[in-house]
Amino acid sequence: MHGVGKSFYGVSVLSNVDIDVHPGEVHAVVGENGAGKSTLMKIASGVYQPDSGTLRIAGESVVLHNPRDAQAAGVGIIHQEFNLLPERTVAENVFLGREPTRRGLVDRRAMRARTAELLTAVGAETVRPTDRVGALGVAQQQVVEIVKALSLDARVLIMDEPTAALADHEVELLYALVRRLQARGIGILYVSHRLAEVFDLSSRITVLKDGRRVVTVDTADATPEALVRHMVGRELASYYPPKADAPGTALVTLAGAGNGRLRPIDLELRAGEVLGVGGLQGSGRSALARALFGVEGFTAGRMTLDGRPVRPRSPRQAVRAGIAYVTEDRKGEGLALSQSVLDNALLASRAATPRWFGGGARTTSVRDLLAAVEVHAAGADQEVRYLSGGNQQKVVLARWLAMKPRVLLFDEPTRGIDVGAKAAIHELIRDLADQGAAVLMISSELPELLGMSDRIVVMRDGALAGELPGDASEEAVLSLATGTPHEVPA
Amino acid sequence: MTVEAPTGPATLGQSRRGRWGAGSILPVVAILVLLLIAVGIRQPDFYDPPALLAFLKRSAPLIILAAGQYFVIVAGDFDLSVGSLVTAEVVIAARLIDGDPSATWPVVALVLAFGLLVGLVNGLVTTLLLVPSFITTLGMYLILVGAVYTWTGGSPRGALSEEFRMLGRRGIEGVPWLGEIPYAVLILLVLAGLAILAMRSDFGKVLLAVGDNPRAARLAGGRVAGVRTIAFVVSGGCAAVAAILLGGFGGVSFQVGAGLEFTAITAVVLGGVVLGGGRGSVVGAMLGALTLQTLLTLLNLLGVAGALASAVQGLIILAAVAIGGLRART
Repeated sequence: MHGVGKSFYGVSVLSNVDIDVHPGEVHAVVGENGAGKSTLMKIASGVYQPDSGTLRIAGESVVLHNPRDAQAAGVGIIHQEFNLLPERTVAENVFLGREPTRRGLVDRRAMRARTAELLTAVGAETVRPTDRVGALGVAQQQVVEIVKALSLDARVLIMDEPTAALADHEVELLYALVRRLQARGIGILYVSHRLAEVFDLSSRITVLKDGRRVVTVDTADATPEALVRHMVGRELASYYPPKADAPGTALVTLAGAGNGRLRPIDLELRAGEVLGVGGLQGSGRSALARALFGVEGFTAGRMTLDGRPVRPRSPRQAVRAGIAYVTEDRKGEGLALSQSVLDNALLASRAATPRWFGGGARTTSVRDLLAAVEVHAAGADQEVRYLSGGNQQKVVLARWLAMKPRVLLFDEPTRGIDVGAKAAIHELIRDLADQGAAVLMISSELPELLGMSDRIVVMRDGALAGELPGDASEEAVLSLATGTPHEVPA
Repeated sequence: MTVEAPTGPATLGQSRRGRWGAGSILPVVAILVLLLIAVGIRQPDFYDPPALLAFLKRSAPLIILAAGQYFVIVAGDFDLSVGSLVTAEVVIAARLIDGDPSATWPVVALVLAFGLLVGLVNGLVTTLLLVPSFITTLGMYLILVGAVYTWTGGSPRGALSEEFRMLGRRGIEGVPWLGEIPYAVLILLVLAGLAILAMRSDFGKVLLAVGDNPRAARLAGGRVAGVRTIAFVVSGGCAAVAAILLGGFGGVSFQVGAGLEFTAITAVVLGGVVLGGGRGSVVGAMLGALTLQTLLTLLNLLGVAGALASAVQGLIILAAVAIGGLRART
């Protein structure tokens, strides 16, 4: 594959990636979540069509319109999720949809014989063609998937996180199988984030980051430390705006505040400060922001805003108290997609502080705000659904700026946003803090979390796992998030 | 070659929904013009001002019902109770007035209050008890029908006073050139103006947002339940006004409101309003009602049997929703 690029809805997820696989070679592809591994694999297997770049198989340029084209061209893919019918036999699964026939009837004997032959070839004689797939273990089901791909005369096999579902002792069996496939001259693209197996199996390694190929190295020359450095990468870190000089006074305080999803939390949000919230998905980060905003409010403990006790029971109360919340699910609960850019930007003003008269001045000031945050749209009356993710997020920002909030809660503020708009949003967030707002920013992206935050708290299992300074390391955040001291971030 | 994300997607303007797209009023205006021309050819004196005003007078109840139904539909709900509410109101008014002119105005006030109350109950059951509005208002429909039958013992009793019927029948007489300006048309104009103002207000904009994405509206600080409830109250109030006008037109019967909920929904959809909420204008809904009325008039002029009119309505609603869906996709 050469110079492959792909973007979705204006967001570039893969650009100018080169990768090649030789017969009998295992070429590993590694990278963080969102680095573009899955997209690359889906392009190679015909699920997506690239916007740019070319694919060649055995020197011949091919265009894969769909997965069937890819099969015909000799590309097989083993997904993390198996695609098998549990109530059918192994042989029936392998030849599903293209059963060998004799005089118009399915030739079961030929089907079984051929399946047995392939199973022997990969050294999996313990699986019988007549076994019901649902009765097989996970590793054996994976074998069935691989045999299915081989029965299609695959010359290139893509394996997406093949060990993710396997128990430790099954991994050894997979290794043996991969080596047999190699010996048959099949090229393998091996996607994994487990560095140990990458080093065990592959001859070359390609690192992807932010949709670009960082490097391709011979495994013999690589070290795990160097790979991690490439995967994490820090090229973008320098684009973050300068941090706060001195933290301000506490604006929001939580004392033992909790609810059904949050254990009692003590926390301060300070004026002029960006407080980063790290943690894994489901660790309670969003629940914290939503509780502060009154979506699913606190049921225990105390919350004060500017020294006065508050406990928002609805977003409306929170908005009126000067709190703003930028949700992580922009399309699902951030925007009214069929309404115009202007109406979306005015939504909080109109909804939380409705007026019968004087709307004109408010409209004018919101138009100014839209221009100030540099929303690019065909016009203020364009439906907001047609804007790119970055511009949509700016519309949401303009909506809240109009309310002059003192506390802003951002949940994954740059998710699904391309790099240019990302930097603009980072700057807007920093400006807000500089003007004296207290900012809470949740982010799964470690570079963003570290680059933006003046102070970081990490959540785990609905509680605060610890607090870190803004210049903490990714390892420190990860070890707090996972509760395991010093693990290789992969 | 490298693919760069577009940073200034001003070119996305091409995909902007056209003026003929879902939610637009242009299609219904076009249909209305065609129908009006057809009626004019069939009956040239249709365009004499008195005849035109008489036509508007006949259309007023449906237009008012459609305006009320619009508020509910654009918020993402349905109000199936308006037809039986109209019947109930007329029957109640007749029994309470029972020919006594002095009872007229108290009963008018009561009729309005009852309409608003039914709307309030619809709204609260839907938003607080989380019953889908389809079911809430279907239940209300059956409750009203059953209650009115029981209360009257099976046939309407009493009679409306002449003062009550005046609102739907009479008008300001002796106006030069126009002849008589029906009260119904004046009431219609006032209500239409109020509806348009309401939809231009913050309330209207939030109502649209609620119909489009209630979660976003809530997270922006909106009172979603409150706004939806108000929409039902508006619909109930409109049904009450329509009942007063319809009581004036015709006699007191159980048939006076029959099927009107469906006619109103057809009108709203014909006006380009998208079922499910968030798109379409109240002007479109009212023009939809006028268009439907014009079509029924035309069918009448062409001598098409009244029974077929309901089939035509069914066809219209299916076609309008299907076409609306196609337009939304492109």
